[in-house]
Amino acid sequence: MDVVASASPPSHLPAELPVKRHHGLVRFAHWLNAITLTGMIASGLQIYGAFAHFGPRGGPYLQPNPLDGEAIPEWGRLGGWLAGGLNWHFALAWPFVLTGLVYLGFLAWSGEWRALLFRPRDVAPAIQMQLYYLRLRRDHPPQGKHNALQKGAYSFIVALGAISALSGFAIYKPIQLAWLTALFGGYELARYWHFVAVWLFIGFTALHVALVLLVDPASLRAMITGWYRGRFPSHE
Amino acid sequence: MNDPQLSRRAFLRAGAALGPLGLAACGWDGGRGLRPALAGISRINDWVGERLVSHSRLAREYPVSERNRHFPSYFISDQTPILADPSAWALNVAGAVRKPMRLTLDQLKALPRLTYTVKHHCVEGWTAIATWSGVPLAALAALVEPTADARYLRFDSFDEDYFNGWDLTSAMHPQTILAYAYNDRPLMPDHGAPVRLYSPIKLGYKLTKYLTAVTFTRSRPGGYWEDQGYPWLGGV
Repeated sequence: MDVVASASPPSHLPAELPVKRHHGLVRFAHWLNAITLTGMIASGLQIYGAFAHFGPRGGPYLQPNPLDGEAIPEWGRLGGWLAGGLNWHFALAWPFVLTGLVYLGFLAWSGEWRALLFRPRDVAPAIQMQLYYLRLRRDHPPQGKHNALQKGAYSFIVALGAISALSGFAIYKPIQLAWLTALFGGYELARYWHFVAVWLFIGFTALHVALVLLVDPASLRAMITGWYRGRFPSHE
Repeated sequence: MNDPQLSRRAFLRAGAALGPLGLAACGWDGGRGLRPALAGISRINDWVGERLVSHSRLAREYPVSERNRHFPSYFISDQTPILADPSAWALNVAGAVRKPMRLTLDQLKALPRLTYTVKHHCVEGWTAIATWSGVPLAALAALVEPTADARYLRFDSFDEDYFNGWDLTSAMHPQTILAYAYNDRPLMPDHGAPVRLYSPIKLGYKLTKYLTAVTFTRSRPGGYWEDQGYPWLGGV
């Protein structure tokens, strides 16, 4: 820390002084994405129901697939029938992709990416953080806006968003975008990765919500109001 | 923890916002309010998709050894549509053309012939590789000479009232054919005998079987499934 920064915070201010955590655009993108992604998954499951396998007609079918040949319950589907599911899916793809691009553009423009991108130098702090969570280390390791494990998680989810969008385009236009489809190993595999991404999204969201509520509930408020007033207010 | 009350309230607020979405999933097609909007976005997607189609971009061809044993055949009639008198069949080619024609099967077979082994993409998500032979639609168009204002094609069938509308660009794609042979044999009734539309650049539901007429049009024709909600372009 340089001299100016260490001298600037007046010592008489209360420790809980709220800090601005999330730009309005990030909060908007976060919640819009939560809604579109829910709709995309539900309409995607509707589409999956039309041919509940991965592979050519008659097999062999790609495995593992816990939902091979399974009917998706109605509460998890959006669209009512195949065409309804397709229309929801291809409509929601617009806000999903555009929000992602605007968000990535904002990260690049604002320099915020530095607080989020997991880089090689984050490996050692990530191990320390994991040791802390496993109670093998007593004190919380120092961190910036996010700790190294959070950086890993948030880098992963952005990459997952990109992979799900790209694999989606690969199965939407497998002839016109044949190069992209080939990148995923062909149409059948692209469809499979598109589905694997769904389970990773669901798994991530479950873990994400659980950690927010158990470890740092104040961060939920920060994602709504933008202001953080919790246990980890440190900033880079 | 700081101010847990506020955090909890914020969480409940977020839950209230997302709750209806979870309930709405239940196979909802958008209802009277949203369905037209979804159809409108589908038309925008068609507009983008039409611009992706390139005459120089050909669908990949496969070796005959990669053909699939299973190739399902769909039709909307209660029973396989079969001509009472196959010798009386002829294809009407008319509409916005200078030289409307009526072509028998033998006349079609005398025109340039294209054979390819390609992957079929069904809207349901399955694929199947098969060999198709037929006359390129572009060769037929050269005979009937479409007028300058012809922008679409309508394909009619004797499978009840099944029909499709196509954009001119996709119809004139070098791999779009009027197929009369499947896997080196004359087309069987299951696959649309005597002649069906085929192209690896479209989803299966666009490939009208049991053809009776090809009509060049100025305005956009609908389609049996398209009018019920399926994407109109159906390009892959």
